[in-house]
Amino acid sequence: MADKITVLDPRGYPPKVVGKRLANRQMSLDGKVLYLIDALFDNADVFMEQLRLWFAENMPSVETRIIRAKESWKDDPELRARVVADGDVAIIGVGL
Amino acid sequence: MGFALALEEAGIPTVPVSTLPFARLAKATAKSGGIPTLRNCYVPQPVVGRTAGELRAYIEGVDPVLKQPFMQGVLDGLTKPLTEEDLKDATYVRETPRFLEPDTEANLHQLFLENHWTDQLPIFLPTEERVEAMLKGTSHAPDKIVGSMRPTAFREAWAFDVEKVAINAVMAGARPEYLPVILALMASGVSARSSSTTSWATISIVNGPIRNEIGMNSGIGAMGPYNHANTTIGRAYCLASQNVQGGSVPGDTYMGSVGSNWNYTACFPENEENSPWAPFHVDQGFAPTDSTVSVFFGGWYTQSGFGPRETWKEKFIRCLTAADHYSPPLIVMDPIVAEAFKDMGYTKQTLIEWCAENAKMPARNYWDDQWVTTLVKPHAIAGMEPYASRLKAAPDEMVNLYRPEDINIVVMGGGTQGAFKMISGRYKGIGPGTADRKDPTVRVDDWR
Repeated sequence: MADKITVLDPRGYPPKVVGKRLANRQMSLDGKVLYLIDALFDNADVFMEQLRLWFAENMPSVETRIIRAKESWKDDPELRARVVADGDVAIIGVGL
Repeated sequence: MGFALALEEAGIPTVPVSTLPFARLAKATAKSGGIPTLRNCYVPQPVVGRTAGELRAYIEGVDPVLKQPFMQGVLDGLTKPLTEEDLKDATYVRETPRFLEPDTEANLHQLFLENHWTDQLPIFLPTEERVEAMLKGTSHAPDKIVGSMRPTAFREAWAFDVEKVAINAVMAGARPEYLPVILALMASGVSARSSSTTSWATISIVNGPIRNEIGMNSGIGAMGPYNHANTTIGRAYCLASQNVQGGSVPGDTYMGSVGSNWNYTACFPENEENSPWAPFHVDQGFAPTDSTVSVFFGGWYTQSGFGPRETWKEKFIRCLTAADHYSPPLIVMDPIVAEAFKDMGYTKQTLIEWCAENAKMPARNYWDDQWVTTLVKPHAIAGMEPYASRLKAAPDEMVNLYRPEDINIVVMGGGTQGAFKMISGRYKGIGPGTADRKDPTVRVDDWR
């Protein structure tokens, strides 16, 4: 039977994950402002325009506003402040 | 994803939309971001190249992950009340032990393979004796924190110390005297295992006395598999990057579509002795007696040629315009090529300026690029120069692809042929859509 040996772990040290909460939901989107956030990946603008048209045709009481992030994968404090100030809900895509 | 997490935290119900191949990555990112129940929805891949009608069909079709109408998932995600699962505290601590459970050598090799801790080539197992021997290559304490690393900008950064770098150096087959170079590479904070879909790699250049002290090869076959130090230092940087940052696993922590062979090993010394110009690190303000490593984020393309021949200008322009300009070229020249340019009256800087001045393409072609559309255009719209001017240009107007500071030259090779390569490699600066890399050259001497 082969001898057992001890070796070291090659992985780094992961940070502590601090839990956050999802925002509270409201049951209806009627009269709400929906921000459609273009995450900038190629053709995402066309996708968001199609989403806007879908809401216009199927849920016209929802006010949609398309905006573009500055960077495709990062928080954008300025844009976030705008959404928080006068928006109710958001869809961001397509990407990460 | 970071934007979606921040919006939720700020009280805005948000649904992030990704394509199918990114489902695992989206889930993992949400979990490490502290909201594991983030209400992601998915559409098929690809979005790129699809018509408005085809994308509308995605919207009216079925979510390939949730297996329900896409819009039902979106509307539920925005309106359904929070569940018990949503309200659970998602705080958690992960620990990586110093030692793994003792096992046979064969089983441990299998464990390293199964956990994606290798590059699938054979490794040396990092026993305590081997790691202790490796640590003799530096004066720094094993528990000294070297820095942190992440596979891409929106992922969490993991910390690592000197011992973690030494462990990976052992695995790569490096020798203790190489450790200061490997530590300096890791201290750059630039991962050699980016998770980008663009299959990035990190190419590194070593300058100064350390090259000869540890027997690196800057001559014949410098970029090939012919030198122990070149090969194992580059491999150690790659292995350490993937392991200390929390992985490089296809579909989870690696999304490069076609992958890159530069991800195995890509560390080379400059042939300072046979260059007619000052070494690269001296151009950056270091002393000739300093030993340094410089990291170039790229590896996306390689153009090659001979020269400078009679039509070298046309050849250079073809190479420079064939290069994808969002990842500017690191030009690697055999000493024969560098000498010839010097004899023609060029300094390194005037040759770089010639390249920047003459590499042009029609604005239509410049903007018809996935990466440029995604990452450069928003900056152009926001008024950042020179991209704003390029956006204002008429479709047939010729626009410059590079600023002089985007292009770099390093001399390498054994003088058996007048060969040059232009390799994708951003060195310094903000580069639209890329991190602002202020210190891509690190002193090896600080890690001796």
